Amino acid sequence: MTAANLSNALPLMLGAALVAVFPFVGGKFYGDLMVTTMILGIFALSLELLVGRTGLVSFGHAAFFGIGAYATALLSPDAAPASLAWLLPAVLGITTLAALGVGALSLRTRGIYFIMVTLAFAQMAYFVFHDMKFAGGSDGRYLNVKPVLAIGGFTLIDLGRPLTFYYATFGALVLVYALLAAVGRARFGHALAGIKANEQRMRAAGFSTYPYKLAAFALAGALAGVAGFLYAVKDGFVNPEILAWHQSGTVLLMLILGGIGSLRGAVLGAFFFVVLKEVFQSEALFGAFARHWQLPLGLTIIACVALMPNGVTGLPAQLRAMRTPVPHAG
Amino acid sequence: MDLAVFLVQCLNALQYGLLLFLVASGLTLIFGILGVINLAHGSFYMIGAYLAYALAPWAAAHVGGGFFTALGIGLVLSVVFGYALEWGFISYLYQREHLQQVLMTYGLILVFEELRSLLVGDDVHGVAPPAWLAGSVQLGDVMTYPVYRLFMSGVCVLVALALYAVIARTRIGMAIRAGASNREMVQSLGVDIRLLYRIVFAAGVALAVFAGMIAAPVASVYPGMGNQVLIISFVVVVIGGIGSIRGALVASLLVGFVDTFGKVLIPQTAGILVYVLMAAILLWRPEGLFRAG
Repeated sequence: MTAANLSNALPLMLGAALVAVFPFVGGKFYGDLMVTTMILGIFALSLELLVGRTGLVSFGHAAFFGIGAYATALLSPDAAPASLAWLLPAVLGITTLAALGVGALSLRTRGIYFIMVTLAFAQMAYFVFHDMKFAGGSDGRYLNVKPVLAIGGFTLIDLGRPLTFYYATFGALVLVYALLAAVGRARFGHALAGIKANEQRMRAAGFSTYPYKLAAFALAGALAGVAGFLYAVKDGFVNPEILAWHQSGTVLLMLILGGIGSLRGAVLGAFFFVVLKEVFQSEALFGAFARHWQLPLGLTIIACVALMPNGVTGLPAQLRAMRTPVPHAG
Repeated sequence: MDLAVFLVQCLNALQYGLLLFLVASGLTLIFGILGVINLAHGSFYMIGAYLAYALAPWAAAHVGGGFFTALGIGLVLSVVFGYALEWGFISYLYQREHLQQVLMTYGLILVFEELRSLLVGDDVHGVAPPAWLAGSVQLGDVMTYPVYRLFMSGVCVLVALALYAVIARTRIGMAIRAGASNREMVQSLGVDIRLLYRIVFAAGVALAVFAGMIAAPVASVYPGMGNQVLIISFVVVVIGGIGSIRGALVASLLVGFVDTFGKVLIPQTAGILVYVLMAAILLWRPEGLFRAG
């Protein structure tokens, strides 16, 4: 490992170590918050594959988060724990299929159309769960017994135990991060980067771009489904609001907060979003005004996008660029 | 479904579709000409409805006249508001990527919703239609139809015709049509593009606010009312084709009829039908029915 590689990886390892020991020093409230952050981090990472890597701005990514969460709640038996061995693959399969369907149609469009079409499909998914009887309508649905992984009567993993769930979520985050980092280095990831830079040229170079984009869309959907699965297990409750278009906006916001184009940006963005939300919702800080927490959030969004379009991870470079005087041309 | 019920549903569908057209036509013009994806467009509809609620009693007390005075004042305010918003906010979005436009106008929605909550509260309000429009007309033997809804449809048709006349017959309409098909060319031909943008945006805001105001007596006034309209308007714009007023009209009516009859015929799936329609049309024509340019 070269020195540059090391200085790049060091903050990441430090962060991971901090998260790993957190349950023993952080207390229950902050531990819960950390789990939420990690789940949203997975969700943001899955969208980063589309937005940051491939240049596809999806405004309907909450659909796959929601479908994953609903699949988890609907497939789990009422009185007995479901086995992770089939539940997780089933959730992955369902979200992949849903993403393939939505992607096949919406990838026929580009630019503004793509943004609006993905939004419309997410809204369609929202109404499926909102209006159809099987999903419990607007009341949502409970997940009574959390899934376990057992072999021959011996329980290996019980997600009903908070500490086990914390480390399962942490493990999922690390796996998803590693997977996407590997994708970024693979031929597939380079093709996606090429599509983002210049799709026309990629086609001219002999790449059929549509299958690549569809594969990225399906993978992003499946990973969002993992986040949805964890969300359903954490809360033990799902309702249509988790597919609402605000969620799709929120996850885009996380990306831009952290900085588009890097995996750590997505995770950092999720962290900063959770922090911002907690601060603005805190009655200790804002008193009765905390009820109107979306007002400061909205203003923060506008200010962040206007002032630091490259997010938190892009901030050092942005500050450096401001300090260096622009050389005169000619 | 007998003839009277069918007729009533047709009138409902027409009224809903025409109302959608007022919102979607502004949205499609702003997309097509300014190139800005404006999520806050639904908020203008919401602001219109709340203006009708807040201005009607005020107008009655201070100016005289009720609903229509409020309508007039609201329209003037909306044009000023749209003009100022373009100058102070939207004009900074033209050079930005779509994603940034999406997030900044999304932030704007949150700001508008919370300001509404702070100023007017979160209750649902009704707005009374003017007395002479409050009655119903007899349709067939048993059915009646509210006069106000007929009036709404009539007003929307008038606005649509006026919009058509301005765009097809006037000099500024020519610039708008040209701007929708080729922005750079219009600019290089010496049209003051900044002024054109400002006018188009203000007109789009005025159309959405107007739609909200005349819809208030029928739809009542409630938090979050803009979001629903926003997403359906997106569907209309996608179906009709970005920048096309004609496409917006056809798509609005299509969505109006599919939604209204869907709710009557297959109530379980009514929420989804409009999106299925959109998916079907995208399969057939990915750029919408009438892409401008």
